[in-house]
Amino acid sequence: MPSLEIRDLFVALAATPDKPIVKGLNLTIRTGEVHAIMGPNGTGKSTLSKAIAGHPDYVITSGDVILDGKSILEMEPDERARAGLFLAFQYPSEIPGVSIANFVRAAVQARLAEGEELDATAYYKRLYAKMDLLKIDRKFTSRSVNEGFSGGEKKRCEILQMAMLEPTFSLMDETDSGLDIDALRIVAEGVNLMRGDKLGVLLITHYQRLLDYIVPDFVHVMYDGRIVKSGDKSLALELEAKGYDWVKQELAASSAAVANA
Amino acid sequence: MQPPSDLLAAPETEAADTATAVENPTVGIDQSVGDFTYDVKYAFDAGSGLNEGVIRYISDVKKEASWILDFRLKAYQTFLDKPMPTHWATKDLENIDFNKIRYYLSQGQKPKRTWDEVPDDIKRTFERLGIPEQERKFLAGVEAQFDSEAAYSNVKDIVAKQGVIFCNSTEALREHPEIFRKWFGKVIPTGDNKFSALNSAVFSGGSFIYVPPGVKVAMPLQAYFRINAENFGQFERTLIIADEGAEVTYMEGCTAPKFSTSTLHSAVVELVALKGAKIQYITVQNWAPNVFNLVTKRAIAMEDAEVKWIDCNIGSRLTMKYPGVILKGKRARGEVISIALANDGQHQDTGAKMIHAADDTTSVIVAKSISVGQGRSTYRGVVHIPKHLKGCKNNTECDALLINTNSRTDTYPAIVVRGDTHAVQHEASVSKVSEDMIFYMQQRGLTEAQAMSLAVNGFVNDLVRQFPMEYSVELKRLIDLEMEGSVG
Repeated sequence: MPSLEIRDLFVALAATPDKPIVKGLNLTIRTGEVHAIMGPNGTGKSTLSKAIAGHPDYVITSGDVILDGKSILEMEPDERARAGLFLAFQYPSEIPGVSIANFVRAAVQARLAEGEELDATAYYKRLYAKMDLLKIDRKFTSRSVNEGFSGGEKKRCEILQMAMLEPTFSLMDETDSGLDIDALRIVAEGVNLMRGDKLGVLLITHYQRLLDYIVPDFVHVMYDGRIVKSGDKSLALELEAKGYDWVKQELAASSAAVANA
Repeated sequence: MQPPSDLLAAPETEAADTATAVENPTVGIDQSVGDFTYDVKYAFDAGSGLNEGVIRYISDVKKEASWILDFRLKAYQTFLDKPMPTHWATKDLENIDFNKIRYYLSQGQKPKRTWDEVPDDIKRTFERLGIPEQERKFLAGVEAQFDSEAAYSNVKDIVAKQGVIFCNSTEALREHPEIFRKWFGKVIPTGDNKFSALNSAVFSGGSFIYVPPGVKVAMPLQAYFRINAENFGQFERTLIIADEGAEVTYMEGCTAPKFSTSTLHSAVVELVALKGAKIQYITVQNWAPNVFNLVTKRAIAMEDAEVKWIDCNIGSRLTMKYPGVILKGKRARGEVISIALANDGQHQDTGAKMIHAADDTTSVIVAKSISVGQGRSTYRGVVHIPKHLKGCKNNTECDALLINTNSRTDTYPAIVVRGDTHAVQHEASVSKVSEDMIFYMQQRGLTEAQAMSLAVNGFVNDLVRQFPMEYSVELKRLIDLEMEGSVG
């Protein structure tokens, strides 16, 4: 079973490599599983997803990320993507003049062997099938990628790309607290439709609210660059009820206990 | 009728440097693109350098009438007298060594009628350029020029049935002087600039087209130009006359192999749209990075006439080209759609000229430029609306895209509007392909080069849509090729 292993990962901004943001994070995700990472703002949740995807602003100073037994750290972002890694962006870029249909087509084409031409008819058939499944209007794909999109439309665009590219592992950065309920539903419905034994999901979120729609198999609490607590879906509810301060207090108590020992 | 002279010398105003060129060793150009040549035996070769003897030789080989020889010799004198327009654009012009250029080469063939009759070596060259697909598709509409003479042409017979004359400059001036002499050198006078004078002295090849009144040419007329001999300047001369109510579209595509020494391309293109006529002139150029591309293009539009230049410049060492329209008759309309891509070591100095000379005339300029690496692009435009006119309109839009912090773009729009019944709009923008945008596309599996290529194609997409289908495909392919080489 394919797996994505994050081993003792340290990540910093490329500009300040001696100031780690992610500090020794360990996590293994298998296909068929949905993991949620929760945590207060500024604990490195978004940094984690971008670093795994290979964003040039971040540098992995130590540790490893292993996809199907192979380290991906030496791979270019596009190689990682073609190896089956998908990042659903919190703030996806606009690409003026490039329609969604053409953009996804280019991404699908990029996955074909050299010299192999995309079957345009089959492509559009599949695109429309996915759009029907996700209840997306046909007109949507003729618009330029993310240009002038509402929050909900951006999510729809990300989910459609994910459905078309069929990644093995999807990192979903949904940390924005301003996400409206409509956008949440789009993400949730998309993930629930694609959920299955061929896909592993790492859902990054700040609020429990998203987890009302996507029920995770595992919940992890991230604090100060590490996972400090893991559990099942009930952990999310506990967090919601007690707040992040509860985790902080527990942490302080345990480190005090370590110090006293 | 005397059009404003000195087309090349657009004044520099509102200089707006948005970035300064800095050394950037990481960005290179793909030197292999178009890097090939075939050994072609030339039956006529005027040798290197320019003097009266060379001009007489060209005229003699072409069996020209004496008035054309006189025209050439006078132009040669003008060329010698005219200063280089170096003061306002770039000192790089001074690097052209006129003594090293060969001014005339020909295989001594008459234009071919069918594709089968075209020599294999010429076919091979076209094939290497990826042209044959369109040749096959648009066989009927193709007049392909090989070096200075048209090597292939059968479109004549097809359009001749409508009374259209479509031939090269030599044939046109010999067989139909009564039609072409009237306008030849009138839209762009010999003394317009140094390079129009040079062209007038040594011109060879090019297309002369006459469309009779009311005739609408359904198929676009095409020609491919290229340079295939080292140090060989190509000086084609084109004159298109659309008589009253006539309509014609002309397409020109240029690709050239790479050579170690500089090559000069200096064309003169004149368009005449008589009352109610429509002319569309489309160019897709992909010059080798050592070519000086110094072209003068201008149209005159009479009452209710429409002229549209669609101009795409890729490659070359230096391109200076500002297609213009003189809006001579009431309600005439002029449009320039321009795309320029300047890669490392290249300078695209392009733009448009709109000279309003009658009431209720309209002009539109949309220019988009892309600067890659240390490539430099310049928009230079002139819009002139004098005080005595009424109801003139101009809309100018120039957008620049920078693909590297070291690339440079400048905009020099000179808009002179007098009188109070005109409507003029000018918009300009500069944008950059951001690291985040490239990362976003890479995250979807596109390589960096593919991502940049897509960003560039998106930037010019609204203009490319105005190109005929097969040209927009070719243009996309050219952009892909350029961007492949631009990723360090």
